[in-house]
Amino acid sequence: MTSASSPVATGDIPLPPNAVAARGSSYLDGGMTLRSWLLTHDHKRIAILYTLSITAFFFIGGAAATLIRLELATPMGDVVSAETYNKLFTMHGVIMVWFFLIPSIPSTLGNFLLPLMIGARDLAFPRLNLASWYLYVGGALFTIAAMLLGGVDTGWTFYAPFSTMFSNTHVIYVLAGVFVVGFSSILTGINFIVTVHKMRAPGLTWFRLPLFVWAQYATSAILVLATPVLAMTLVLLAVERLFGIGIFDPNLGGDPLLFQHLFWFYSHPAVYVMVLPAMGVVSELVACFSRNPIFGYKAMAYAILAIAVIGFLVWGHHMFVSGQSMYAGVVFSMLSFLVAIPSAIKVFNWTATLWHGRIVYSAPMLYALGFVGLFTIGGMTGLFLAALALDVHLTDTYFVIAHFHYIMVGGSVSAYLGGIHFWWPKITGRMYSDRWARFAAILLFVGFNFTFFPQYLLGMAGMPRRYHEYPPEFQTLNVLSSAGAVILALGYLLPLFYLTWSLLRGPRATANPWKATGLEWQTSSPPPEHNFDTVPVVDSPPYAYRPGVISPAVVQAREGTG
Amino acid sequence: MTASPAPALGIAGQFEDVRQRHAAATLGMWIFLATEVLFFGALFFAYSIARAQAPDAFAAASRHTNIVLGTANTAILLTSSLMMVLAVRSASMEARRTTVMLLVATAVLGVAFAAIKLTEYRLDYLDHLVPVLDFAFDPRYERGARIFFGFYFATTALHLLHLSIGVVVVLAFAWRTHRSWSPELPHSIEIVGLYWHFVDVVWIFLYPCLYLVARA
Amino acid sequence: MSAFGLPEQASSIAVRVDHLFYAVTLVTGVTALGVLIAMIFFGIRYREGSKARRAEDVPAAQARARRRVEVAWTLIPLLLFISAFVWASRIYVERATPPADAIEIFVVAKQWMWKLQHPGGQREIEELHIPRGQPVKLVMTSQDVIHSFFVPAFRLKQDVLPGAYTQMWFTATKVGRYHLFCAEYCGTDHSRMGGDIVVMEPADFQRWLVEHRGAVDMAARGESLFREFGCSGCHGQNASVHAPNLAGLFGRPVPLSDGRTVVADERYIHDSILLPRQEIAAGYAPIMPSFAGQIGEDDILALIEYIKSLAPEKERPR
Repeated sequence: MTSASSPVATGDIPLPPNAVAARGSSYLDGGMTLRSWLLTHDHKRIAILYTLSITAFFFIGGAAATLIRLELATPMGDVVSAETYNKLFTMHGVIMVWFFLIPSIPSTLGNFLLPLMIGARDLAFPRLNLASWYLYVGGALFTIAAMLLGGVDTGWTFYAPFSTMFSNTHVIYVLAGVFVVGFSSILTGINFIVTVHKMRAPGLTWFRLPLFVWAQYATSAILVLATPVLAMTLVLLAVERLFGIGIFDPNLGGDPLLFQHLFWFYSHPAVYVMVLPAMGVVSELVACFSRNPIFGYKAMAYAILAIAVIGFLVWGHHMFVSGQSMYAGVVFSMLSFLVAIPSAIKVFNWTATLWHGRIVYSAPMLYALGFVGLFTIGGMTGLFLAALALDVHLTDTYFVIAHFHYIMVGGSVSAYLGGIHFWWPKITGRMYSDRWARFAAILLFVGFNFTFFPQYLLGMAGMPRRYHEYPPEFQTLNVLSSAGAVILALGYLLPLFYLTWSLLRGPRATANPWKATGLEWQTSSPPPEHNFDTVPVVDSPPYAYRPGVISPAVVQAREGTG
Repeated sequence: MTASPAPALGIAGQFEDVRQRHAAATLGMWIFLATEVLFFGALFFAYSIARAQAPDAFAAASRHTNIVLGTANTAILLTSSLMMVLAVRSASMEARRTTVMLLVATAVLGVAFAAIKLTEYRLDYLDHLVPVLDFAFDPRYERGARIFFGFYFATTALHLLHLSIGVVVVLAFAWRTHRSWSPELPHSIEIVGLYWHFVDVVWIFLYPCLYLVARA
Repeated sequence: MSAFGLPEQASSIAVRVDHLFYAVTLVTGVTALGVLIAMIFFGIRYREGSKARRAEDVPAAQARARRRVEVAWTLIPLLLFISAFVWASRIYVERATPPADAIEIFVVAKQWMWKLQHPGGQREIEELHIPRGQPVKLVMTSQDVIHSFFVPAFRLKQDVLPGAYTQMWFTATKVGRYHLFCAEYCGTDHSRMGGDIVVMEPADFQRWLVEHRGAVDMAARGESLFREFGCSGCHGQNASVHAPNLAGLFGRPVPLSDGRTVVADERYIHDSILLPRQEIAAGYAPIMPSFAGQIGEDDILALIEYIKSLAPEKERPR
C-alpha cells in the first residue's frame, strides 16, 4: 500500500523489554460457527456482537429520525398523524439513548480494547461479559415488541402522570426493555472497574494508563451508581401504571416532581456516560495523529474524574421551570456551571496537544477534530442552559435539542466513528480506504452542522420541542435542518460500504499501522485469542511520541525516493 | 513463559494467579452490593417522600403490620447471619463438616423467614391490606395507607426475591463443600457471606420503616 | 427576524434576559472562536511536512510558562461562569417574586386547551387579554397531566402541574398579539395546545373587560358555589356543626391536628376541598366530606376567590 492512504511513521516507540509481538492464529480464526460466537467468553468477540447489535439499533433509531425530519419540513402534520409522530420521537429517544449511545463506546471499543490496553488476557469476569450482551438482547426484544405492538408515545423521559395514567400505548414493554438493558450496563460497569483495579500489567501504574482507560473507568463508576436508581424508578412507574398505587399521580396522593427528581438523578449522569468514553477516544486519536503526548495528562485524568463526580450533583437543571423551589434552582445552576470547567480544560488541552506537534490528517484525526469543534459549540450552549434566566426561555425548545445533539451526535458519535476507524486494523486485521473515510468524515461534519445549527435559532425564536405541527414562520429553518439531515444520513451510510469492502478486499494490516503507543499495538492485528504471548511489562509514561524525530520513511517520501 | 500458567492450576485463563482471582472476585461483589444499595436506596427515598407527605396515614397503616411475625423474622434473619459468619470462619479453618452444617443452617433460617413472610402476606390479604386485591382501610387514611402498603409489598417482595436467590446459592455451596473440598471454597463462601449480610442489612432498614413507624 | 432568533421583547423581563443572552453569546462566541482559530493555526503550522519547530526543540523555560497558562484558563472561565450565574440568578429570583399589586388571572390547563379566568368573571379559552404596563400574575393548575405555559415574547415559561398551583408573573410592555405555546409534552395534540396573548392599552383593556363581563365576577360565582355545594351548611355563620370559620382565613397560619402549622394559601384551600382528611385543623373532628370528582378546577378557583374576599379590607393578602 502506498503512503497515500497510510500515515507516515515517525518517532521510536520504546518497547517494553520483554514484549514480543504475538504470532500465530487470531481470535477470529477460532471458529466461525454460530455457537463459537454466541457462547464465546472472549471479550473481543463479545465486542463484535455488541457492535452488530448497536449498529442495527442505530439505523432503526435513525429511521425514526428520518421520518421526524420529513414531517417537520412542512408546518402542517401531513406526513404522519399526531399519535404516530409522538411515537416516533419517543422510540427515537429510547433507542438512541439506551440501545445505541450508552452501550456504544464502552461495550464495543471498551470491551475490545480495555484488556489489551492494560496488558490483560481478558476482562475480570468473561462470562459476566457475555451475560451483559444477552441482557442487552433481552431488553432489545422487549423494545422491539413494543414497537411491533404499535409503539409508545410518552417521550423517552416518561413523565408522570402522563406515562402512568394517561398514555394508551404499551408503556410497560418499554419500561421492561430499558430495565433489562440497564442491568447489562451495570454488569459491564462492574467488570470494567474490577479489571482496571486488579488486572493491570506489571509496571502499569494509574498515571501510566491511557486516557481511554481512565474514561472507561469513570464511565463504569457512573453506570454502577446511577443505573440502579433508573431501574427502581422504572419499577415504580410500572407499579403505578399496573396497580394504581399513587406514587407520582397527585390524584392518588402522589407527587409528579418526585418522578422527575428520581429520573434525572440517573439521566443526567447518563449523559456523561455518553460523552466521557468519547473524550477518552479523542485523547488517543489526537495524541497519535499529532505525534505528541497529550498536553496536561494528569489534568486530563483529574478532569475525567471531576466530570463524573460533579455530574451526579446537577440533575435539577432539567427542572428549573418544573415548580421546584427557587433555591434548589440556584444551587443546581451553580453546580452546572462548575461541571463545565473540567470540560473546558479538556478542550484547551486537546488544542494544545496540536501545538508543536506533527499533525497527520487521517480519517480518525478528522473525526477527533470534528469532536473537539462540535463539543465546544455544544458545551458552550450548555452554559446558556445552566444560566437560570436564560433556561426559563430556552428549556423545552429546540435550543435544548440542538445542544444535546451537538454533544451526543456531533461529539460522541463522531468520536465513536473515529475510534472504529482508528482501531479497525487492530480489530479486523484489514485497512480501509482512507480517502473514502475522510470524505465521509467531512460529509458528516457538514451535514451535522446544517441539520442542527438552525435548531439553535428555532429554539431562541420559541419553537417548542416534541411539536408535530408548528407556526408557519418556523418553516425556513426547519427545511434547512431537514435538508442537512439528508447529508448527515449519507455521512453515516458511507462507512457501511467502505468498511464492509475493507473486510472483504482490504489490504492486511500490520501490528501497528499508525505507529501508535499503547499496549494494544504491541500485539498482532488481529490479536490472538489470549491477547499477548508474553505479559508485557510497562516502564514508561503513556503517549511517548516524539514529533521532533523524523523517520527515514518520511525523508524518502519527501525526496520521492520511497 | 508463553501462555498464562493459570489454566494448569485450574484457574480461569484471564487471571495470573489465585491471589488475583480472589482480589477480583471480592472487589466485584463489593461493587455489586454498591449497586444494590443504590437500587434499594431509590426505593427508600421514594418512601421517605411519601411518608413526609402523609405522616398520619403512614403511622396508621404501620400499626396494621404484624409486629409479632415481623420481629420474629428479624430475629431469624440476624441468627442466619450469625450462622453465615460461623460458616465462613469454619471454612477458613477447613472444617468441612461444620461448614456444611452451618451453611445448611443459614439456608434453613432463610427458608423459615420466607415461610413466615408468605404467611404474613396471606394474613395481610385476609385483612384487606393488599392494595390491588380488595383493599379496605379507615377512610380517613385510605389514600396514604394504600401507598404505604404499596411500598410494603414492593420492598418486602424485592427483599424476599434477593433472599431466595441467596438461599439457593448458599445451598449450592453447601452441596459443593459436601461433595469435595477445594482450596478456593473458603474464599467463595466469604463472598457469598458478603451477599447474605447485605440482604440482612436491607431488612434491618426495612423493619423499622415498615413495622415501627408509630409503635415507638 | 423573529423566526430566526430571539422574538420581539414584549415584557419588562425580556429586555434583561436578552442583555444576558447577548453577553453570554459574546463571551462563549469569542472563546469558541479562539479555540477554532488556535486549532486552525496549529493545524496548519504544525502539519506534517512543515518546517516549524517541534516539541522536543522547545526549551524547558517555555514548559514552565505552561503551568501559568493552565491556571489562567481554569480561573478565567470560572470567574466568567460565576458572573453569568449571579446575573442569571438575579433575574430568576425576580421572576419568582410577584409584586403585591399584580392582577391575578387563573389558568386551568387540560388536554389540549388553556382555560383562563379574570377576577371579574371574564373567561377565555386559548386567548388571554391583558393590559400593557401592569403586573399580571397567573395562578395555574392542570386538570390532568403536566403542561407548561410558554410565551416566547415574554421570555417566560412555567410548568403547570396537576394537584398543585404554580405561578408566573410579568409586566407586558408592548401592545400586540404573541404566541402562547404549551411547552411540556402532554399527549396527542400537544402541538396544537396554544393560543395568543393579546396585550392592549389599559383603556382598551378596560373596555374589553366590560364588554366580556360575565354575569358575576369570580368571587360572586364562588359565593353561589359555596351555597350550591352545601359548604355554608357547616362553614356558614348559622351552622350548628363545629367547622372552622373561613372569614379572614386566607393567608393566615393554620395549626393542624398533627402538630404542624401550614399557611392557608390556594393549595391549602384546594386540598381541603378535595382531600379534607389530609390536613385536619387542630381542635376539629375530621368530618368534612371530600368533593373530589364533584367540583372542577375552575370552580375551585372561584371558591378560593370567594374565600379570599371574606377577609377584612385592610388585611387583604397578596
